[in-house]
Amino acid sequence: MATRARKTPSPDYRSLLETMLLIRRFEERASQAYGLRKIGGFLHLYIGQEAVATGAIATLDLAKDYVVTAYRDHGHAVACGLDTSSLMAELFGKATGCSRGKGGSMHFFNAEKHMLGGNGIVGSQIPVATGVALKIKYKKEGGVVLCFFGDGAIHQGSFHESLNMARIWNLPIVYICENNQYGMGTDYRRVSAVADFSVMGGSYGIPGKQVNGMDVLEVYHEVDAAVSLARAEGMPGFLEIRTYRYRGHSMSDPAKYRTKDEVASYKEQDPILLLKDTALREKRITDEEYTAMDAQAKKQAEDAVQFAESSPDPSVDSLYEDVLA
Amino acid sequence: MPEITYREAVRQAMDEEMARDGNVVLLGEEVAQYDGAYKVSQGLLAKYGPERVIDTPISEEGFTGIGIGAAVAGLRPIVEWMTFNFSLMAIDQIYNNAAKTRYMSGGQISIPVVFRGPNGPAEYLGSQHSQALQAIYTHVPGLKVVAPSTPYDAKGLLKTAIRDDNPVIVLEGELMYAWKGEVPDEEYTVPFGQGTIRRGGGDITLVGFSKPMRTIVQAAEALARDGIDAEVLDLRSLRPLDEELVYGSVRKTNRCIVVDEAWPAASVGSYIAWLVSRNCFDHLDAPVELVSGEDVPMPYNHQLELAAQPSVDTIAGAARRALYK
Repeated sequence: MATRARKTPSPDYRSLLETMLLIRRFEERASQAYGLRKIGGFLHLYIGQEAVATGAIATLDLAKDYVVTAYRDHGHAVACGLDTSSLMAELFGKATGCSRGKGGSMHFFNAEKHMLGGNGIVGSQIPVATGVALKIKYKKEGGVVLCFFGDGAIHQGSFHESLNMARIWNLPIVYICENNQYGMGTDYRRVSAVADFSVMGGSYGIPGKQVNGMDVLEVYHEVDAAVSLARAEGMPGFLEIRTYRYRGHSMSDPAKYRTKDEVASYKEQDPILLLKDTALREKRITDEEYTAMDAQAKKQAEDAVQFAESSPDPSVDSLYEDVLA
Repeated sequence: MPEITYREAVRQAMDEEMARDGNVVLLGEEVAQYDGAYKVSQGLLAKYGPERVIDTPISEEGFTGIGIGAAVAGLRPIVEWMTFNFSLMAIDQIYNNAAKTRYMSGGQISIPVVFRGPNGPAEYLGSQHSQALQAIYTHVPGLKVVAPSTPYDAKGLLKTAIRDDNPVIVLEGELMYAWKGEVPDEEYTVPFGQGTIRRGGGDITLVGFSKPMRTIVQAAEALARDGIDAEVLDLRSLRPLDEELVYGSVRKTNRCIVVDEAWPAASVGSYIAWLVSRNCFDHLDAPVELVSGEDVPMPYNHQLELAAQPSVDTIAGAARRALYK
């Protein structure tokens, strides 16, 4: 098939690095603000997994493509180009937040940029994402949906029902299981009948593949191939992207279910450092340029905190707004 | 005016709206090739084709979420649940996605989706296929809920539902599908939030909705034979609710019986009874009565299942108690 042989264009290393750095610096600031009680409730950090959202979403054209994700959604929102100030303001619950302070950490939305959340119920977004793909096909728009979820979601019925319907109707969607190896505190190996999730699309006639989620270039190329197939032929895709979160499940999780050595071993393959090394080795960037990029990401994260701090709370009058159209 | 069945009225509403708006699609179990489990969608596949009349596998959570996602992205899907009993498999999609996505996104997203199908007890179906689930849907902010009891209202309310930019639950009834009534040839819609007076009277107010309306009217006729002049109100919409119609009637009659075939605890009927008690307290000459379904799962035996539902005798008996007769 011509599409299988399609040569993926080389991604923009600089842009991938900038996005990953921005996600990391944004979340470090969010984590600090949580410690200062500026942010409440659940805060699920994406640190360590940046390559997945960054590499995958870099393959899209968000004028016609869509992203739907779960509650660990900060990275996807940044990668979709949502304004980081509006994201930090949302974490602070402010009226200037991307969901007007009504959503919080788990419910980042930007309808214009086709970032459709931000879903707090494990696996619940998978049918919704599949419905977005149904609309794309019905309207012949040529778009694709990337549907992200974690290893915890893969045993929900919603996943299996969705893959089946996506295949019988040939919907343009790529399902991405971000296997960060722990569904909250549970090692995925303890609760899955198969250790290799990528075979799970097979029951529904959907090709699957395991991808190294610490390598943003590999993520980019594999997602691009799956997206091309979905776009051109309506063949749904399924990728298990192996990744790792450095932090606990949420801020309240001390992560005693895994060893320090294990965490350290993943930090050695840190996705940002990995791409930085490649980019330096291939002389795509200089050390100075990297330092400047990181400084810019830090400044943007700081600015986001400033913006959030100085933004107003939503008025109590807005309580009943946005319930109905 | 032509007389048609409730079933035909629902079909006409879907047919007319599909002809009017290419974004309207119908999906559900057996809706296409089989022409509908209750023949409500008969002929629609032949007329609109498989892109718009879509047979789904038995995956209620999946196809309900797909309807929601397609609506989020701009279609106006009608999701048919073969019966509301099976909607419980999809309850997370309704509660957490259909009802809340607009709010959680700060008003960015509209979800113009209709969920319809038969609700409430039929005959000889046993506990799992014979139950009235209006309370669990009417409970939720972000949903609209309508419960037509005549072919005229079934058509007019469904047309309004399809044009509404919010998720709407349309409660039909298996036994009602064969009921006949006058439906004009010319185009009309029935607005949400407006109840109607089925029978004028000055002695007592009988309030209901959906299938029990027939029994309520029969009870009013029985009461009339005893010289009691009951006013019968059909709410038609449960959310939004036409409170003023009820209060106006009760302030005139000073007595109120609420009829709801669902179980009594935390029901729509008990909520309306509370509203009337609170808002018409100074006008009431007797406690507000609730005639509900009996607080048991529906039995199979016909004598038992009839005993479990509101009847002419239980409604008229409650009215006589409220009149101290």
